[in-house]
Amino acid sequence: MTGAGGGLVLRTEELKTFYVLDAFGTEKIVKAVNGVDLEIRENEVYGIAGESGCGKTTLLKALYSAIEPPLRRIGGKVFYVRDGEEIDVYSLGKEEKRRLRWEYVSYVPQGSMSVLNPVKRLKDSYGDFLESHVAGKTRRGTLAIAREHLHQLGLPPKVLSAYPHQLSGGMRQRVTIALAALLGPRIMIGDEPTTALDVIVQRGVIQLLKSVQETLKNTIVLVTHDMGVHANVADRIGIMYAGVMIEEAAVERVFEKPLHPYTQYLIDSLPKFGDKSLKQSAPGSPPSLAELPGGCPFHPRCPHAMDVCVQKMPDIVTIGEDHKVACWLVEGDRDGRAA
Amino acid sequence: MGALLEIRNLRKDFAFGSLLSRLRITAVDDVSFHVMPAEIFALAGESGCGKTTTARLILGFEEPTAGSILHGANRKGRRRKREKVWFTQGVQAIFQNPFETFNPLRRVECYFFETVHNYGLSSGRKGAETLIDETLKAVGLSFREVSGRYPSEFSGGQLQRVSIARALLTKPSLLLADEPVSMVDASLRMSIVNLFKRLRDEFDVSVIYITHDLATAYYVCDRIAVMFRGNVVEMGGVESVLMSPRHPYTKLLRASIPEADPSKRWKARISLTDIEHEEYLRRGCRFAGRCPEVMDVCRETVPPDVDVDGVQVKCFLYDEATMRTKGREVAADVG
Repeated sequence: MTGAGGGLVLRTEELKTFYVLDAFGTEKIVKAVNGVDLEIRENEVYGIAGESGCGKTTLLKALYSAIEPPLRRIGGKVFYVRDGEEIDVYSLGKEEKRRLRWEYVSYVPQGSMSVLNPVKRLKDSYGDFLESHVAGKTRRGTLAIAREHLHQLGLPPKVLSAYPHQLSGGMRQRVTIALAALLGPRIMIGDEPTTALDVIVQRGVIQLLKSVQETLKNTIVLVTHDMGVHANVADRIGIMYAGVMIEEAAVERVFEKPLHPYTQYLIDSLPKFGDKSLKQSAPGSPPSLAELPGGCPFHPRCPHAMDVCVQKMPDIVTIGEDHKVACWLVEGDRDGRAA
Repeated sequence: MGALLEIRNLRKDFAFGSLLSRLRITAVDDVSFHVMPAEIFALAGESGCGKTTTARLILGFEEPTAGSILHGANRKGRRRKREKVWFTQGVQAIFQNPFETFNPLRRVECYFFETVHNYGLSSGRKGAETLIDETLKAVGLSFREVSGRYPSEFSGGQLQRVSIARALLTKPSLLLADEPVSMVDASLRMSIVNLFKRLRDEFDVSVIYITHDLATAYYVCDRIAVMFRGNVVEMGGVESVLMSPRHPYTKLLRASIPEADPSKRWKARISLTDIEHEEYLRRGCRFAGRCPEVMDVCRETVPPDVDVDGVQVKCFLYDEATMRTKGREVAADVG
């Protein structure tokens, strides 16, 4: 589905965003995103995987330029590519950013209950959206657009006259996705859009997300910790650990031939039907982002840790086609699975 | 060897609404199963299928509307206070979110000493500490690591192991684990699940593993009961239920799990229901509204539990009498 020649749509350069907390006079710095370089292409589903507290959500906030204290951008840049032109998002004014939102980049958050206004009918939420972005339409005109849009996505247009609490969790989440797709954005950012849902409902929501992507031919950046979801929808996956990208590759490659020891643990420990062999979790537990270990953040848990891992964070290097890894083991041995 | 715990025709009704417009929902409807010694039994299903209510009934947090819960020698199923203490000594619970299990303002060790005290497991602090250290060792921790620390100082996976160690203090024969890994990080999930396996193999502890995650259930369990809207729709060995599901609901559920294999992506599309209450209030089979193989009889009558190759399936498709009449009707139509 993704051509390797597909143009870029989103790019980050050495992005660093930290939470700077001031607790009892001592400053505490949580390095949630610690130097991330991303190149996300047109017409692809880019999955970001990682466990809770590895900085995935913070990265999304930075991509969406929704940085609010105590989160601060320490360095780096985020570019959107619009009509072949790169826009440095953090150089834009408030009004320009507002205009890009929902029209160019939209956001599907996790808890759909807390997204839709509980005291407004859905048609009012839709109306607010359309009025502020589609010029010169009356209320009735905007409603017609909303109804047509829901119909195209196979959702019953009668939900427009419902309050959020009257809908089931799955329907609410699908309405949120529909809302995010309303203005045909080029990038849709989904933060665990299916996490709290039941498997069958989750499948329905993913189905909708996929069909939206296929119709709009846009890019979806999907964050979830569920590797099964990634395997099902993503074209490329980035694995995040303790605020850094440690591996990035096409989805088949990540599942078949992971190179970073953490990714190997992550993939090998997934339970599979028809396979009852013993699965091992990675030893130890994830580090606190406020007290990161020096060097590679995975070294305290890594079975292959060497002296260099303790001293220096490895750069992310390209191995083969479209496969990037940040690990000293891999730099020593450029082809094949790490020892 | 007899069953460790036997549930017979368990039923729980909840009533909603005011005096005038009362809505009764049967959260658990005629559920029967048993757990053998040294066995991991999964109770699987989606949210709102009644699996947690079943757990709460077993633990005595709720009173059943009808049916009985029989444990070991207690065949009467009545619960007096002393019986309750005896019961909970044999059946211990592990909950979903370890950070909610423990009070954040209390040191974790307090829970251990309290349990020792409540069940009179040891007199004197020295003996208690040895006992606590032993159980913590069983889950890969030690008393030294735990003592003096608050819940927030542990990671989710560690704290869940602490929670399991606390449950093991009374040397229970059965652990009831309600979604024990859903709040634990993916990279640590297997360590908890493997722990259950080890407890079964080394200490002969049985586990009722309540989960929505069929993949871990397949990995760890011996037998499984799949619940849907208060009913057990399919029950049997985990291999036959999950690898060749028979009930249409189990089939749908099994096919909807995103498998961690990019070559097994979904091809078919599914439709979803919008309203949940409706399914609870159905007269016949509660899956009839969504079932691809629905027959007229399904909408009217509750299907019987049919035994198919050792698997109990609640579906008319496997009921010979129904299928014979249906076959005749089809033949008549064709004729």
